[in-house]
Amino acid sequence: MAETRKPAQDFTLRIRRYDPESGEAPYWDEHTINLEPHRSVLEGILQARGRFDGSIGIRCSCKAAICGSCGVRVNGQPGLACHTHLDAALKASRDGVIEIEPMGNMPIIKDLIVDMDAVHWKKIARVTPWLLSQDPLPEREHIVPREAMVDVTQSMACIQCGACVSDCLSMEVDPLFIGPAALAKAYRFVGDPRDSQQFERLKDLAEDPHGMYDCTHCFKCIEACPKGVAPMNQIMRLRRRAGSDHQIKDRNNGFNHEHAFVKNIRRNGLLHENDLLADSFGGKANPKSAAFLARSLPVITRALLRRKATLKVALGHPHKAPADVKRIFETVEGRDQRNELNLYIEGYDEDDSGAAEPNVAAVAGGGQDGQSMASAPGASPKGTV
Amino acid sequence: MPSHDVLIIGAGLAGQRAAVAAADAGVSVAILSKVHPVRSHSVAAAGGINAAISVTDDWRSHAYDTVKGSDFLGDQDAIEVMCSEAPKEVMHLEHIGVTFHRNDSGELDLRAFGGASVKRTAYVADITGQAILHVLYEQLMKYHETVDRYEEWFTTSLIIDEDGGCVGCVARDIRTGAIETFTAKNVILASGGAGQCYKPTTNALICTADGIAQAYHVGAPLMDMEMIQYHPTTLLENGFLITEGARGEGAHLLNADGDRFMEKYAPNKMELASRDVVSRAEQTEINEGRGVGEDGSGIYLDITVVPRKRVHEALREIVNIGKDFAGVDITKEPILIRPGQHYIMGGVKTDINGATPVDGLYAAGEVACVSVHGGNRLGANSLLDTLIFGRRSGEHAAQRAKGMSMPTPTDEQARRDRAQIAEIIARDGGSGRRRVSEIKDELGTVMNRYVAVYRDEAGLQEAHGIVTRLKEEALSAYIDDRGTVFNQDVLGAIELGYLLDAAECTVVAAIERKESRGAQFRTDFPERNDDEYMRHINTTKNGGDAPSVSYSPVTITQWQPEERKY
Repeated sequence: MAETRKPAQDFTLRIRRYDPESGEAPYWDEHTINLEPHRSVLEGILQARGRFDGSIGIRCSCKAAICGSCGVRVNGQPGLACHTHLDAALKASRDGVIEIEPMGNMPIIKDLIVDMDAVHWKKIARVTPWLLSQDPLPEREHIVPREAMVDVTQSMACIQCGACVSDCLSMEVDPLFIGPAALAKAYRFVGDPRDSQQFERLKDLAEDPHGMYDCTHCFKCIEACPKGVAPMNQIMRLRRRAGSDHQIKDRNNGFNHEHAFVKNIRRNGLLHENDLLADSFGGKANPKSAAFLARSLPVITRALLRRKATLKVALGHPHKAPADVKRIFETVEGRDQRNELNLYIEGYDEDDSGAAEPNVAAVAGGGQDGQSMASAPGASPKGTV
Repeated sequence: MPSHDVLIIGAGLAGQRAAVAAADAGVSVAILSKVHPVRSHSVAAAGGINAAISVTDDWRSHAYDTVKGSDFLGDQDAIEVMCSEAPKEVMHLEHIGVTFHRNDSGELDLRAFGGASVKRTAYVADITGQAILHVLYEQLMKYHETVDRYEEWFTTSLIIDEDGGCVGCVARDIRTGAIETFTAKNVILASGGAGQCYKPTTNALICTADGIAQAYHVGAPLMDMEMIQYHPTTLLENGFLITEGARGEGAHLLNADGDRFMEKYAPNKMELASRDVVSRAEQTEINEGRGVGEDGSGIYLDITVVPRKRVHEALREIVNIGKDFAGVDITKEPILIRPGQHYIMGGVKTDINGATPVDGLYAAGEVACVSVHGGNRLGANSLLDTLIFGRRSGEHAAQRAKGMSMPTPTDEQARRDRAQIAEIIARDGGSGRRRVSEIKDELGTVMNRYVAVYRDEAGLQEAHGIVTRLKEEALSAYIDDRGTVFNQDVLGAIELGYLLDAAECTVVAAIERKESRGAQFRTDFPERNDDEYMRHINTTKNGGDAPSVSYSPVTITQWQPEERKY
């Protein structure tokens, strides 16, 4: 029972300030506040604003991680200010001062307030974010499997806070990338059995050069998400539906590349990128493969020079996967149904109630294509680890 | 100057539903909100939405439960409208994409809720408000060609023409500081409640009585403002809401002796009696020394009796709240709660189409008082209220717009509002002047002390005196931000004025009602007094003085008042 409350103590906040009307560059501003350690960083900022400086700009409303207003970076990690405890933030700080900055990948309007319309909402609008239902509508509700609704509730749990967008590495490289939040939103329709345009949606997202195959599986969005939406997992599920369920072979070669991955692991146990390249284009003998290989020569040369790869390993590695890897493939492929574990459909049942820490977190996106078992720190609340 | 047939202020469930309904009727629509629509406080509604959709249920049963829950202060014609239209509205939500939880046959699943005679609450885990709000916003994106959205615009005033009708509003673009006049044939207020009059409250920081005060300033009466709902289960720690869905799923309330004390107060419905009854029972246990926690000011909510799998599937949000904000795994141990301010049953008086007594001005959702909730709102009836009366307001306003020409208000109100904002920004922290945040804190604390679960004349008079003083102090309260881009400080000062107006009406109405009914329990008048007080109490602006008080009758159609037992 959490009855023994720790007394209030001093915390110092270092807040990134920017006043667009001043003509000055952004600067750091420090305030010492006094609160119990389990209070949130947002409460700290609000105390500083109430007592010392009412001009500190931050969007906030519910204080309970539901409205999605207060997305910021705390000690460099994106998340909600209201969902990050002061003690945890202090522990994660570099120098005993809790550092709060605006989110990344979006233009800053003032202090901690970013322009979400220009980036985030534009991308949401890109994925046709409304249900395209069958015609005619049923008289009462659609009859759909219980699990299907629970399943899409994971992506419905998204509060559009932008934390995943803030630190998406692919978006940093390709600002046009549709991105984790919008693609998770897309899964909310693709996974919804009431939607009538699933194939069209998937085809569209696969064909877009900034679409679902632009994600590089860096897990940043899963770490950032305060609601356990696990956007990357939703992206993997989009790919699986596109590739395995609808056989959508896209112009970007995403489908073939993904299958080459699986083939590579099945055969080698480890990823060997020289095989991967060839397999992605239909094998070493395929002219497309040769053309791509020729185009990639500078990259390959650099990799060799910097010893990221060696000729010996690249060419001489054994084409034999260890027995464990074979067993994993057999288990996964031997299932009657692929696993669609996610946030709400739990990975344990009643008689397991004594089990350790419940894995509320998503293990979504598991299954055939080898993307499963992503640990999902999204369920851990503190944006600062 | 933007002009529209229907202008909606506030973009929570009521506002968005009104926008879509008005657009469907073929008129020009704008929706304006001080926050991005998905940040609206409807997002926090957890438990679900009531509708008699089960084949064994009947909307009349839902209506009777609502009448009884209201302690016979609800208007029965309005309640009949809401409950009879509920099934169709829920099916509409399902059709546009709300991911309602299903039963094993694939139909909508229903959960039990307080004050309801059968299971009739449709839900999406415990994020029902969020799920509906985000799906409605999907619809707004779909309607982008027919509904103009003004996101992050703060309304400063309603505009009234020489005939006393509402012809638009003045609003400030929060991003640029620009003030504009919005012309409209009809204005629908959908800007939510007044929870920030209280501290603590389950309500978001944005719930600052904006629409209530704006309507009050143009002469619209506020009805039943004394009816303030305390939710039985808010986190002792910080006042966060723990959904009634927890008790709907079977959770128990326990006192320091480990007793399920609701046996004494509501032997039939136990934890699922209506909210005023449960909150009072908890407060009595606490007052009589059977509370728990460090200073005995809490009650245990024991969710461990609910199967763990079910908790993770249907109450996931409060698993997180327990873990993140109280350090408790609710599937393993009880959590400390207490009654906390949650909702206002009162608001701007409207008819069953959302029309207020001011021509061209509508209100829907928590800002309004139709009245469907009377003295006490049933859980899962507020989402329903927002959607039914949001839609009806939108449709009605659209029809009214079709028969009239566009009004031509002057820029005068905008000039006044610009001057007022400049005056606030220019204030300095001279002698005797207080910070806006200080005054707001004092208001919240005072309201929570004297205008809470139990009230009496002395406390209410004390509160009245303090609120009157705070109103005076607020006139010179100062802020720090002198900028124009996202000057949230100056908006806070304006909001404080709104809060004080609403709080004053609440206190005055609570003094006026010398009986105990629904959420108003007067220890000095502990009985319900139907002869004198089965009436609505209206407070209306009276120049610079305290509001004037008047009465209006309660509409009874088929259910005569009777003793209320759970």
